[in-house]
Amino acid sequence: MGELKLMKGNEAIAEAAIRAGCDGYFGYPITPQSEVMEYLMAQKPFERTGMVVLQAESEVASINMVYGGAGTGKKVMTSSSSPGISLMQEGISYMAGAELPALIVNAVRGGPGLGTIQPSQADYFQAVKGGGHGDYKLIVLAPASVQEMCDHVKLGFDLAFKYRTPVMILSDGAIGQMMEKVVFFDQIPRRTDEELMKECPWAAVGKPKNREHIRITSLDLDPAGQERVNLKLQAKYKTIEENEILYEEIQCKDAEYLFVAFGLSARICQKATDLARAKGIKVGLFRPITLFPFPIQQIAATGNRMKGVLVVEMNAGQMIEDVKLSMGSKVKIEHFGRFGGIIPSPDEVVNALEQKIIGG
Amino acid sequence: MEELFAKPEIRKPENIVYKKTNLMIDRPLSYCPGCGHGTTHRMLMEVIEEMGIQENTIGVSPVGCSVLAYDFLDIDMLGAAHGRAPALASAIKRLWPNRFVFTYQGDGDLAAIGTAETIHACNRGENITIIFINNGIYGMTGGQMAPTTLEGMRTATSPYGRDIATMGYPLKITELIAHLPGVNYVTRQAVHTPNHVRKTKKAIRKAFEIQKEKKGLSFIEVVSNCNSGWKLTPVQANKWMEENMFPFYPLGDMKIDGKLV
Amino acid sequence: MTEEIIIAGFGGQGVLSMGKILAYSGVMQNKEVSWMPSYGPEMRGGTANVTVIISDERISSPILNSFDTAIILNQQSMDKFEKSVKPGGLLIYDPNGITRHPNRKDINIYSIEAADEAGRLGLSKVFNMIVLGGFLKLKPLVSPEYLHKGLEKSLPERHHKLIPENEKAVEIGMKLLKAVQVI
Repeated sequence: MGELKLMKGNEAIAEAAIRAGCDGYFGYPITPQSEVMEYLMAQKPFERTGMVVLQAESEVASINMVYGGAGTGKKVMTSSSSPGISLMQEGISYMAGAELPALIVNAVRGGPGLGTIQPSQADYFQAVKGGGHGDYKLIVLAPASVQEMCDHVKLGFDLAFKYRTPVMILSDGAIGQMMEKVVFFDQIPRRTDEELMKECPWAAVGKPKNREHIRITSLDLDPAGQERVNLKLQAKYKTIEENEILYEEIQCKDAEYLFVAFGLSARICQKATDLARAKGIKVGLFRPITLFPFPIQQIAATGNRMKGVLVVEMNAGQMIEDVKLSMGSKVKIEHFGRFGGIIPSPDEVVNALEQKIIGG
Repeated sequence: MEELFAKPEIRKPENIVYKKTNLMIDRPLSYCPGCGHGTTHRMLMEVIEEMGIQENTIGVSPVGCSVLAYDFLDIDMLGAAHGRAPALASAIKRLWPNRFVFTYQGDGDLAAIGTAETIHACNRGENITIIFINNGIYGMTGGQMAPTTLEGMRTATSPYGRDIATMGYPLKITELIAHLPGVNYVTRQAVHTPNHVRKTKKAIRKAFEIQKEKKGLSFIEVVSNCNSGWKLTPVQANKWMEENMFPFYPLGDMKIDGKLV
Repeated sequence: MTEEIIIAGFGGQGVLSMGKILAYSGVMQNKEVSWMPSYGPEMRGGTANVTVIISDERISSPILNSFDTAIILNQQSMDKFEKSVKPGGLLIYDPNGITRHPNRKDINIYSIEAADEAGRLGLSKVFNMIVLGGFLKLKPLVSPEYLHKGLEKSLPERHHKLIPENEKAVEIGMKLLKAVQVI
């Protein structure tokens, strides 16, 4: 067992990045996730592992620094919050197109626009449906605890390199700011240049005489060529859907009703599950951990056994679309959400279940 | 041509007096005849060949006419999003401090959409080389106004000439950059005569030497023509450049060894 | 066992750090904990509050709207959180600066004059630990041994010399607590 600490979610992201052997972090301050870079700077990761940490002039620069580092095979990441992630969409799209591995953390806050700094899940669509221009997907991980913030950094890097694709951790202000126990994995050494070149023969690291030069790009002006690029991406996403789905079911076995929720909302629903069961309502919780790939069949199998399903999100109804696409129209599916930075209370969620599903 | 092939002895190694560097890939350039990109590419690759650093060099190409630079230069390269090359290069150099890292950018890329990335990479004194081709126009997109378009100059988006009152002044970004303390070497060159080509090559060599000695950022502007965008023949374009561009963008060194000239 | 606590007062009263020390002590005693602060502009000079949950089981929601215990250190927090105490729950408050005292009949109410005492003893830096002492007297969730470990973990090493002073403040708080209403 690794080291046990009490830590904020944002700090756990930073500590896990150092321990995961991350080569570089590039970021720009924005509430509620500035602790990530603050923690990194205080830790002097360059002395600990040789990891580069750089405060960029903007989120636009940050993500393009990540693009540069990723194109050379380095394990690189950034973190930001909703408005900053919007600015990064160009770079993320380029990385998806150039098939580069990278980790992007979004501590979602309420929007639209400057919105609020309080937690939200209103960036679900942006995260799982592409976000920038073009037909692409990110692998999206939705941690619901500080422990998962730590674990998803390692998992995120592993998936990013396995599939050569950007991975997003979709967190929120609350999970970033709260402290919980976290057990850290032991330090993974940063790869040597030789190890990197072996693992990433596609990376632009300098051209030896005995191989073709490497061009990292998302550009192919020939439509037939660009279609091939797109088909390759789609095939990759299909493989990811077949292999990388993660989810959790809590008290679903005997349940008659179901909450579906991710991240912080899932934690609230877990409490709501206990409160509802104390009232004699048999309800369970389905928590997608990967939002892309979405647990389509798993939700359908569990959800369609129920009398009704309540999708609880801190937004106006985004993941519910995927739940409906997964389940079809056999069972009643309703949405309960608070937005603009309001976190629904467990009692409110139970009330919503009673009114919208059981009584409705 | 036929004559040339009729006399194969001309191509015997002992008779060759000039050839392109091996680091230019055998592929027709996508640039217009008379354009300065091809010459600048060649000077860059000659320097890399002469320094023996092909294996240790990572280049970043822009969006603009030289977006396909990586198709012609036989080194590992990354194609950046429009304006972002200095951000990529900053990260690459920090992650690979023993590599030579350069960006190759046009005026729209470097001095309009990428102004922030350019200024801040320069201000951080990133140990990289920036090569900036200034032809006062957007060539790739069909001759629109650039930040460096001269006053009164006609372009697709300033069809009656650049009007300072409504369109602002041409931006002397190189002069701006020369004043940043992180920048070691700033020069403005051209590639329209053999003499100027030699000077440009010397400047590129100097820039890479500075990078080798970890002395900070070097910035080379190459004032170039865009005969297609300017709607002139190559010869007319070079003449127009000498008469109009050089007075506003005077050639020569602006900063050497961290000191303004 | 699960104890759900809200600690609320002004920024600068040590509300967040009191919660952190309590949470860290819980961690050292092998409990599950969560510490969820208010954050943002609210923090800067205004009110600050933190939800601390200590449990033997996996903690579900870190965000709650009713609490087993409310520790209240200013009037705004009294207005906001008195009603959030579960029936039969506990409210501890420092009467200093309180203009409207709690009037719920269905909860246990204790007062602790920590601000006055801290001022008198020149211990204003550990005011929050006096309050924590009062709480631990009623709800000994963590033993002194683990509180010590919690202090070691949550204070930076350069402040470890202040641990005895903090522990003394906790003891003072235990004695200072007064019952106002016990149901």
